Amino acid sequence: MKISPQWVREFVQLSVDDRRLAEDLTGVGIGVEGISGSGADAVFEMEIGTNRPDAMNHYGVAREAAAIYDLPLKELSGLRLPASGVAGAKAQSSVKGVYAAPKRRSSTGHGRAGKKTSAPKAASSRTSHGTTEVVPFPGVASSGVVSSKSSEREIFPITVEEPELCPRFSARVIRGTTIKPSPEKIAHRLKLLDQRPISNAVDATNYVLWEMGKPTHVFDMDLLEGGRLVIRHAKNGEKLKTLDGVERTLSSDDLVVADAKKAVGLAGVMGGYDTMITDKTKNIVIESAWWDPGTVRKMSRRHGIHTDASHRFERGADFESTVLSCDLVAALILESGGGELSGGAIDAVSRQMDQAPIVLRLSEVHRILGGNLSTGEIFRILKKLGFGLIPEGQADAQIRVQIPSWRLDVEREIDVIEEIARLHGYDKFENSLPAYSGAVVDLPHAAMDATLRERALALGYNEAVSLTFISHAAAETFSSGAGVLELENPLSEEASVMRTSLAPGMLDMLAWNLNRDAEDVRLFEMGRVYEMRDGERVEPARACLGATLAAVKNGLPMGGVLDVSKGEHAAAAEVFRLFKGDLETLLAAFAYRELSFDRQTAEYFHPGRSARALMDGAVVAQFGQLAEEVKAERKLRQDVFLAEIDLDVLRGQGLRQVRFAPLGKYPAVERDFSFVFSDDVEFEAMRRAVMGLGISELREFKPVEIFRGGSIGAGKYSILVRARLQSDEATLRDEQIAACAEKIVGALKGMGGSQRA
Amino acid sequence: MRSKSPPCLSEERRDKDGAPAFQLAARNVAYTVSKLTDYSAGALERASAELFSALGEEASAVKNEADWKVFRDRWMARKNGVLTQVNELWLKAAPREAKREVGQVVNRVKEQVEQKIKGAKDWLDAPSLEIMHPGYTVSAEELEKYRFEKIGSVDITLPGIRRPIGAEHPVVKTTNEMVRVFQKLGYSVAEGPVVETDYYNFESLNFPPNHPARDTQDTLFIAGQQAKPQRERLLLRTHTSPVQIRTMEKMRPPLRIVIPGTVHRNDPPDASHSPMFHQIEGLAVDSNITFGDLKGTLDHAMKEFFGSSVKTSFRPSFFPFTEPSAEMYVSCFICGGSGRRGSDPCRPCKQTGWIEILGCGMVDPNVFEFVKDNGYDPRKVSGFAFGMGADRIALLKYGVDDIQLFFQGDVRFLRQWA
Repeated sequence: MKISPQWVREFVQLSVDDRRLAEDLTGVGIGVEGISGSGADAVFEMEIGTNRPDAMNHYGVAREAAAIYDLPLKELSGLRLPASGVAGAKAQSSVKGVYAAPKRRSSTGHGRAGKKTSAPKAASSRTSHGTTEVVPFPGVASSGVVSSKSSEREIFPITVEEPELCPRFSARVIRGTTIKPSPEKIAHRLKLLDQRPISNAVDATNYVLWEMGKPTHVFDMDLLEGGRLVIRHAKNGEKLKTLDGVERTLSSDDLVVADAKKAVGLAGVMGGYDTMITDKTKNIVIESAWWDPGTVRKMSRRHGIHTDASHRFERGADFESTVLSCDLVAALILESGGGELSGGAIDAVSRQMDQAPIVLRLSEVHRILGGNLSTGEIFRILKKLGFGLIPEGQADAQIRVQIPSWRLDVEREIDVIEEIARLHGYDKFENSLPAYSGAVVDLPHAAMDATLRERALALGYNEAVSLTFISHAAAETFSSGAGVLELENPLSEEASVMRTSLAPGMLDMLAWNLNRDAEDVRLFEMGRVYEMRDGERVEPARACLGATLAAVKNGLPMGGVLDVSKGEHAAAAEVFRLFKGDLETLLAAFAYRELSFDRQTAEYFHPGRSARALMDGAVVAQFGQLAEEVKAERKLRQDVFLAEIDLDVLRGQGLRQVRFAPLGKYPAVERDFSFVFSDDVEFEAMRRAVMGLGISELREFKPVEIFRGGSIGAGKYSILVRARLQSDEATLRDEQIAACAEKIVGALKGMGGSQRA
Repeated sequence: MRSKSPPCLSEERRDKDGAPAFQLAARNVAYTVSKLTDYSAGALERASAELFSALGEEASAVKNEADWKVFRDRWMARKNGVLTQVNELWLKAAPREAKREVGQVVNRVKEQVEQKIKGAKDWLDAPSLEIMHPGYTVSAEELEKYRFEKIGSVDITLPGIRRPIGAEHPVVKTTNEMVRVFQKLGYSVAEGPVVETDYYNFESLNFPPNHPARDTQDTLFIAGQQAKPQRERLLLRTHTSPVQIRTMEKMRPPLRIVIPGTVHRNDPPDASHSPMFHQIEGLAVDSNITFGDLKGTLDHAMKEFFGSSVKTSFRPSFFPFTEPSAEMYVSCFICGGSGRRGSDPCRPCKQTGWIEILGCGMVDPNVFEFVKDNGYDPRKVSGFAFGMGADRIALLKYGVDDIQLFFQGDVRFLRQWA
C-alpha cells in the first residue's frame, strides 16, 4: 500500500521531513517500509497490520501523525456541496466534519452511551448533515426488510432485504454530469499510488477511498432497470459480469446489489460491468454501504477477487462515514463534470454499530505495561486518537473510554492499553528481568536425542534437514503400512503427502550430491514422520543415516579387513560391515540386553545386503544397501546405504548407564580356530553355539578372517575365529585352555564345520 | 632464533652434505689398517691421512645409537678394533729407531678416534642446535640437513589427515544455541505436534473463524477434513504458538517455556521462502509479568546470542494472540548498526542499521480465557510470548543468501560448518 506524505500534510501541519515522519509512523506501528521519489512526489510504501483498516488511507495516517506530534487534525470537511445547485434539496447545504476526531453523537442521547449492539436496533435514518434521527423505517416489515424512508424514496428507492449483512446503505444521486478525464491533481495523486486514472466519476471513488478509506461505488443510473436498488442474496445460478469483465455465476450465499431485474454488484467486492460508468453516462448513483465483514470475506474468497474495497470491508469499514464518503465523491464529480445533486443524501440504517464504552483501569495499564506512564500522558494519547474519555471512580482510577467509529479493532480494555503503549513509544518502557520461582525441566528424550546426534556427527555424518513433503509415489514406495496424511492444497504433486519415512528425503539429498559430483557423502537426519493409525494422527520420531558407497568405503576399517577373498562379494560384505558398524556405534549408546539382526527389511532395500536390528525384541532399525530397482528408478549414480532408526524405540530404552567392571588381574589368552563351513551357516549361529557352551572364561568370540575360493570348494567358506579366555581367579593353565578349546571345536563341528589343519 | 651450528658439524660432515644414512657396508672397500713397510715421516703421514679420512667418513654416517655402537666397536674394540690393529701393525711392528715417531703418530690417531667417537655421540645426544652452538650461524641448508638426518623431522606444512567429523546443520545449531540462551533464563523446552487442529493453531490463539488474520498464515490443510467440525480439522501448524496453549493446558503457572519446532506455510520456495521452516517460540506467564519484562528478557537474550554490543528496538505490530504486540529489531550485527560496510551498503539490514528478528507481545487475555480453568485467569496472571524464525536467523548469522540451501543436503554447503 502506498501513501503520499504530501497528501497527508493536507490534514495535519507537520514540521518534520518525510524521512522523520516515516520513522515516527513506523515507531507507532504504521509501518513505512520504504520511501521513493521526493518532494511532492514522495511515496511511502506502507506495511499496515490487518487490524488497522482505519490507517490504510491518508486521513487515517494523518490522524496517527497528529497524535504523535500532538498537532491538530483538520476536519474532513473541505468539500462544500453547492446549496444552490441542488435540485430538490432541502437543508443540506454543506457536509460538516462528520469525520473529525473525536466525533460524538451524544447529543441525540443514543449511540455510544448505549451498550454494544449485536442485534439490529430500531431501523433509523439520518439526514445528510450528520445528525441522527432514529425513526422506524416505513419499509420495515416482519420480514425484516428495510427500505429508505419516503422522502428518500423520491430521490432513489433503496430496499435492503438483508439488514443483518448490510446495516447501512447510503447513496447520492447526481444528474446531468459529464464523464471525462479527471483533473490533473486527482489523476496525478492516483498515479503516485499506482492507481490507473479512468474517468472523473470512477476516479472520484478511488480518490475518496485513498483519502479517507471508505470504499464507494458509482452506477450509471440510467442502466439500473426499474430505477431502484435492492440489497439481497443472489439467486442460485444468477449471472453477474463484474467490472473485470469476468462473467460470474452466483449462489445464494452471495450478497448482491441489484436493480429491479438483475444483480449489478457483488456487495463490497466489485461492481457490475453492465451498469458501470461510460462516456455516455449522465446520471449517477453513488453507493456507500457498510457490509458484514465475514460475508465480504467469503465472497471474495469464493470468487477469487481481492479488491481494495473487499480488503477494507473484510477488516471492518467505518460505519459512520458512509454519507460523508458519498458526499466527498459527489463533490469531486460535480467539480469536474458539473451537473447537480438530485435531492439529499439517502441513508438507510437498520442498526447502529456503536461500541459500548470500555472501562479502562489505570491499575490494569500499569499491571500490563509496567513502567511509569502518567495519567496525563494516557489521556493525551487517547484523546488525540479520537477516543472520548469520561473519568469515573475515585482519583481517575477508572475511565470510561468511548471508541471512535473507525476503530473496529478496539473492543476491549487491553486494546486501549495497546493504544497507550503504541503511542507512548515501546522503546520508552524500561527493560526489566522478571523473577521466577518455577523449575527448569528438560524434555525426557532431550539427552538421548543429543547423544545420538553427537555420535552421528562423530562418525562423520553431516546433519541434514529435508522437506517434510513427499510425492504420492514415494509415499507408496516408502509406506510403513500406516495411513498417510495428504495435503488439501499442496504446493505440487511432488510435495503432496506428509512424509512417512525419512528415506525418500535422504535419497533425494544423496542424489542431489551425486549429481553434483560430490561422491563422498554421509548425511543424517533426525525428524518426525507423519502417519494415521487407528484414525489418529501420530508423529513418530525417526533418525536416518545415508551414505554413498564411496563414503562407506572410505571409512577406516579399524579392525582390518575380515573377508580376504577376492571379488565383488567379499568387498560388499566388508562395506556392509562398515555401515553396520556405524549403526552399532549409534545404538551402543542405549541400554539393551540384546541386539539381534535378521533379514526382514522393506522392499526398497537390497534383499541380500540389508538387515533389521532388534533391540530387546523391538524393531529399532532397518539398514543396508538400497535395492537395485530403487537405485535405477532414482537414477542414483552410485550404490547408497540407508539406515532408518526408530527413535521412539530408543527413547523407550534409555541411555546406557555405565557400571564399572573390574579389570582382569590375570592374563588373557587367545586361541584361533580355522574351520570350513557351508555358506548357509552364518556367524551368528556359531557365536550363539559357542557362547551357549557356558564357558565362564570365554570373554570374546569373534571372526578374524574369512576366505572363499582357492582350495575351498564352492558353497563353502573358510573362517578363522578367535576366542579370548581369561579367568578372574587365576592364570589359566594349559590344560584348562585346552579343555575350553576342545569344547569350542566340538560346538563348531556340531554345526557342520570341519576344522582345518 | 635458530642461528647456531654445532662444533661437531666438522668439515667432513659439511662436505658430505646430503649423504645417505650410515653406510659402512655400502662403502666399496671398508678401511683396513695396512702394514707399514716404510716408516718415513711421509709414509706415516699418508697412512694416517688415509685412516683419518676413513674415520671422518664413517663418523659422519652415524645416524643413530646402533650405528654409533658399531662405529665405536669397529675402532675401539680391544679385540681387533682399528686402534688395536694400529697398535699391532704400526707401533709394535715398527723398528726400534722409528718407534718414537710412530708412537707419536699412533697417539694422535688414538686421540682423533676418541674425539670422533665422542663427537658422534654428542651429535646423537644433542638436544638442539642452539644449545650446542652458541654464537654459530647456521645456514638454512645445514638446518634442513640437521632436521632430516638428526631428528627424523617431517614436513609439518603438509595438510593434516582429518578424521571426517560430521557437520552440525546451521539451522539446528542456531536453534540449539538460541534454546540454550533461554534455558539459562529458566525456560524449559516444550514441543507439540506438527499436524495440528484448527483449534490449537487458530481458534485458541484468538484467530476467530473467517478472520482475515488467518489469511496471512497461508495455511496448508490436511485433505479430507470437511466432515469434521472446524475446530477439529487438521492442518500443518503455521507457527509454534499452538504449543503455548497445549502446555498451558498441562502445566499451571508460573510457566516459562521455549518451543523449537518445524512449521509449514503455503509459500512457494524461493531464496527467502520455504514451505517448511523452523521457529523458536517462547512464553512466560506469572503473576507479575509486564511489557518491560518482555523487553528486558528479549534484550538480554539477544545480547547473549549476538553479542553484548547489540541493541534492541521494539515497534508496534499485530498478532491476534498478543496485545500489545511488537516486532523486535536488533541493531545490525553485520555492520554494527551503521548501515554500511566500509564504502558498501550493508545488505542484511538494507542500510537501516536494524534487522527484524522476532514478533512478540503480551499474551492476549482472550488466549488465557481458553486455559482459564488451569490457573490462567487473565485478571490474575499476565505473560509475554515471542516467536522467531530459526532459518532466518541462521541466514543472517552466517550470511547465507538462499534458504533452499538449508534443505538440499548438499555436502558442499553443509561441510562449511564442519
